[in-house]
Amino acid sequence: MSRGDVIIAGAAETDEIGRLPDHSTLGLHIEAARNAVADAGLTMRDIDGIATVSAPGPVQVAHALGIYPDWLDGTGIGGTSFLLHVRHAAAAIRAGYARTILITHGESGRSRVGVAPRRMDLSSPPGQFEAPYGTLGPTTTFTIPVLRYMKDYGLTHEQLAYVAVAQREWAAKNPRAMYRDPITVDDVLASRMVAYPFHLLECCLVTDGGGALVVTSADRAADFPKPPVHVLGTGEASETPMISQMLDFTESQMFRRAGRSAFTEAGITVGDVDHVMIYDAFAHVPIYGLEALGFVKKGEAGPFIADGNTSPGGPLPLNTNGGGLSYTHTGMYGMFAIQEGVRQIRGEAAAQLDRADVSVIVGNGGMFASCGVLVLGRQPR
Amino acid sequence: MPGKAVPIPTPETQPYWDGCAAGELRIQRCVDCGEPYFYPRPLCPSCGSGNVEWFTASGRATLYSYVINHRPGPGFEDDGPYAIAVVQLAEGPRMMTSLVGVPATPSALILDMPLQVTFEQRGGISLPVFAPAGEEGQ
Repeated sequence: MSRGDVIIAGAAETDEIGRLPDHSTLGLHIEAARNAVADAGLTMRDIDGIATVSAPGPVQVAHALGIYPDWLDGTGIGGTSFLLHVRHAAAAIRAGYARTILITHGESGRSRVGVAPRRMDLSSPPGQFEAPYGTLGPTTTFTIPVLRYMKDYGLTHEQLAYVAVAQREWAAKNPRAMYRDPITVDDVLASRMVAYPFHLLECCLVTDGGGALVVTSADRAADFPKPPVHVLGTGEASETPMISQMLDFTESQMFRRAGRSAFTEAGITVGDVDHVMIYDAFAHVPIYGLEALGFVKKGEAGPFIADGNTSPGGPLPLNTNGGGLSYTHTGMYGMFAIQEGVRQIRGEAAAQLDRADVSVIVGNGGMFASCGVLVLGRQPR
Repeated sequence: MPGKAVPIPTPETQPYWDGCAAGELRIQRCVDCGEPYFYPRPLCPSCGSGNVEWFTASGRATLYSYVINHRPGPGFEDDGPYAIAVVQLAEGPRMMTSLVGVPATPSALILDMPLQVTFEQRGGISLPVFAPAGEEGQ
């Protein structure tokens, strides 16, 4: 096996993202799949493997598309799942289990059309040991580590707010982003308090939308209309099903472990990276991601972002679609982070970089619960 | 409107909840490697040994991190903004909890402040919560 012997040959999002009350979750999967398969110049008949999250699940999605697959992956561990699907698909293609794999995401996260009600199992560990204390989803749990980080490493409220400002600068360049008007640190700090220290503008959007990918072997690269995006390295890891049991509130072990796997497989170091996407459910997550992957030292990511290093024109472009904070966040955002990596490498992004030969995608699932990392490249290595 | 969540014990966690009902914070430790741990489970997460035992923790803790939640969970609608905290027990393990006997404001909630366990009755369960040390318990 060689680095980059598997490619992303097709990639697309749903026609629209944002508020789509006339689409169900399954309908969004179908639309995204249709667009990605067409982007690869293929038909559903060409697909022999399928991966998607556990609900609606690969069996449902395959059947709805008229596909009878020989390989399935229903890994459903939150918003990073699609990065793991790419990793698993690459392994399956190398093993000869499948030849052309379709990975789909669709989620009516905002309009909640065709979505099963979410119920906390009060006998599960989170149900017994966290829910009784008044948790209500990610805003009340994903956010808890940051005060410890702020005290131990000196991150300021203004630096945290600047993460949202920087990403809005990217979103301003992207017509598909939900929010595009420039904001200042003062605007962020004046927005409604959601869960101190997090203000509304430091929390991700809640939207409807979908995306899909077609993954196949690089020896077929010439068969497709779009330039190939090589999968150079991949990693996956999990840490904790409960935020209270995160090993160290000032760093993400799972980001570091999955990142190390992906960089080692790709044979790259941070100096080789032109473009980074880090799942930004909340403003602190890119800070944890940049440090865990070694782009900056521990405690330096807040000032690094606030100094403009990840903004348009900066040396390390980060979340160039506007991210979950300004572009879109259906609930499982990882698919959109991959899509932007693919667009940058192909040269078709709204805020296209001059140089995007190597893109790193860092996904998060749950509240620092699970992680996938992809290293994508314009060329095999 | 549903009230505040009432945990449903499982066989592995029942001794913990029995301890709370008796006014004690009972957690586990590994007999082989000596490591105390939380949440309750039958294998030591440090060394994998099944040779584990229950003991009564001191109930002393420090404030590790928290948020002050402005969008209330079920049953918390009338509480105003409230803290969801993670505390570090004197024995080492961490757990989520509520803070009582102290205003839910950044100026009152100082990281590393000493805390002491106390118990809140809810739906037949005794739920461990923490108060500033010296004001409750001790």
